[in-house]
Amino acid sequence: MTEREIMEYDVIIVGAGPAGLSCAIRLKQKKPDLMVAVIEKSSEIGAHILSGAVIEPEPLDELLPGWRDNPPPICIPVERDEIWLLSQKGRRRLPTPPQQKNHGNYIVSLGAMCSWMANQAEALEVDIFPGYAAADIRFTEDGSVGGVIIGDMGVGRDGQPRDTYMQGIEIHAPVTILSEGVRGHLSKRLIKKFELDKDSDPQTYGIGMKELWRVQPGKSKPGLVQHTAGWPLDSHTYGGSFIYHLDKDRIAIGFVCGLDYQDPEFMPFEAFQQMKNHPMVHEMLEGGEILSSGARAIAEGGYQSLPRTEMPGALIIGDSAGTLNVPKIKGTHQAMRCGILAADHIAETSAVAGFDRKLRDSEVVRELYKVRNIRPAFYKGFWRGFIRAAIETVTAGKLPSTLSVHADDGALRKLEGYTPPDRKWVDRDLPPRDRLASVYFAATAHDEDQPVHLQILEPDICSTRCVEEYNNPCTRFCPAQVYEMVDSAEGRQLQINSANCVHCKTCDIKDPYQIINWVTPEGGSGPNYQNM
Amino acid sequence: MKILVGIKRVVDYNVRVRVLNDGSGVDTDGVKMSVNPFDEIALEEALRIREAGNAEEVIVVSAGGDECQQQLRTGLAMGADRAIQIQTSEALQPLSLARALLKVIEREDPGLVILGKQAIDDDNSQTGQMLAALWDRPQATFASKMVLNGNSATVTREVDAGLETIEVDLPAVVTVDLRMNEPRFVKLPDIMKAKRKPLDVIPLAELGVAVEGNLNVHHFAPPPQRAKGIMVEDTAQLVQELKNRGLI
Repeated sequence: MTEREIMEYDVIIVGAGPAGLSCAIRLKQKKPDLMVAVIEKSSEIGAHILSGAVIEPEPLDELLPGWRDNPPPICIPVERDEIWLLSQKGRRRLPTPPQQKNHGNYIVSLGAMCSWMANQAEALEVDIFPGYAAADIRFTEDGSVGGVIIGDMGVGRDGQPRDTYMQGIEIHAPVTILSEGVRGHLSKRLIKKFELDKDSDPQTYGIGMKELWRVQPGKSKPGLVQHTAGWPLDSHTYGGSFIYHLDKDRIAIGFVCGLDYQDPEFMPFEAFQQMKNHPMVHEMLEGGEILSSGARAIAEGGYQSLPRTEMPGALIIGDSAGTLNVPKIKGTHQAMRCGILAADHIAETSAVAGFDRKLRDSEVVRELYKVRNIRPAFYKGFWRGFIRAAIETVTAGKLPSTLSVHADDGALRKLEGYTPPDRKWVDRDLPPRDRLASVYFAATAHDEDQPVHLQILEPDICSTRCVEEYNNPCTRFCPAQVYEMVDSAEGRQLQINSANCVHCKTCDIKDPYQIINWVTPEGGSGPNYQNM
Repeated sequence: MKILVGIKRVVDYNVRVRVLNDGSGVDTDGVKMSVNPFDEIALEEALRIREAGNAEEVIVVSAGGDECQQQLRTGLAMGADRAIQIQTSEALQPLSLARALLKVIEREDPGLVILGKQAIDDDNSQTGQMLAALWDRPQATFASKMVLNGNSATVTREVDAGLETIEVDLPAVVTVDLRMNEPRFVKLPDIMKAKRKPLDVIPLAELGVAVEGNLNVHHFAPPPQRAKGIMVEDTAQLVQELKNRGLI
């Protein structure tokens, strides 16, 4: 092994999402001489971004004041909000809670918006490197974070260099910003190493799945924002759908459900498809076609689960820290605020120390505090949660109590003694037929000749304990059918179709034994989302 | 010796191509664009020849709007020494492109021109052949192996019957096939270096090449959707169903 090549920057940002790009833009606006680089594992900027997305424009106004004259490629003002409570065939309109009133907000494709932001960052001379994955942290001699190590390329399945082998370089920087999104694999390691979560509750997550459709002319009502709750979820599973009407006969439809669900046989992907089969939705999509699809985990822990966001040499911002506002179902404005705040702090002090305090005194955390009890209120079922949410909303979170947040991996019930709810799921006819058909629309690609990026720490458990206790829930919670149990000469074994992976991180979160470790594959691998 | 390599900006091979509703073309809105994979292989071969000491300079050339500079920069980051953009807002058909490339050849006087055997967007596989004819030089198409020996090259071609080995005098046009090599990954610092490498922009008009449309595209349509299948119980039912449909 030769010495790795080194590139030096003042600030290295990991992940080109709204948090990282806002941070990069703000840094160069304040200090044009700073050397700032952003690295991104997707093959191009925006290709791993998946969000609804209705966004609040206030941080954009702050960051790029002239943006309304040169808006992102998909940017439709919200005209109307609707919330529906669904039963299998029926529906009931619910009043729109204040957090979900979207007047003044915009429906965007967050992927397209990130690509648009990257252009603005490049115009300010930020170096942006899509297709390069930060595989590891580079620590300095005193143990603080001093940059990242880019993953090697051209490594074979067996871990040996292939003909095209290229050693990853080290990027050295006094400040590293982790904006990897939810459950970032480096953030996860650093949170553990520096015990950043020792004073907070565990993080809790949801899985979001989304499809972008082109529908029959007239079916899309640009600017209409619809949300649904109820069918097909039982009252003990938190979740619902979003239906955002875009221009050019396009509709973005998605489904989110809490990863603290209890039923080991539950399949989030099928729940999404069942929801699409509801007459109200079916009518909208019938005769249309899917343009793109994918999935991504969502951080739902909010205030109680927010870890410390600073450590020697590095900051964690945006969804890597978990700043999404659950009742608003919005994280973009929060992520952007984090990015701006981090940039302002670095520009002022040239250091990371003191950022966590500033973040906790900022609007980011104030907003999370107000709604802190809403998500955990739903642990006791939909209706009790609904009532508590209403109380918390009316009192703007001023009641003194704070409900605690639980981890998702422990929520799954063992098969023995558990009676799953009768879901009454039906045959359906809209595409995609199954998860493999869906993955096709994610255009996900991984060179098959590379080490498996989904590491099973104790493979024996899969074919022994897990079969009996949970019937291998990974074969159901993964929205891309990466995990399959197959019969082989040595008995029934886990097969990992890692090339299907859409980088949603659900397996790393929901596995009840916590033996699945998601690490980054070769840079440029993964989904190639279009306008997601 | 100089080597000239042609590269084309195309819709990335991972993208699910979608035909526009009005049938006027394919949807490129928000679509990832890349260097045509065959051209990437052509460039890799040129770089290997230079690295073996058999060439001094590798020049990448592309025709298109300023957006194709992105692909030229990728070529420079892979290791090309300089780039030329033949600037035009029109999509050039193979004959016009071959004529434009010939003008660049006249300016640069390369000892070898390497192109991809076809572009993955229109699949024409014509430019290399036309260029060789216009230039009045030998051509070796669908190459999977090339060995330079002074003033000639021994080229292995992939043909229907298997492999065919021919020898061509240089300068020549070689178009490459998939098995020629596996292109390298771009090193991160090389992306930075590529930003400083020369990229000349030559308007198409300056080359004195007229844009001709010898081909007219009428419309695009997606392949017909497969009808829903049925499950049959046994062979007898299968035979019956096929008979019912008049297939046997």
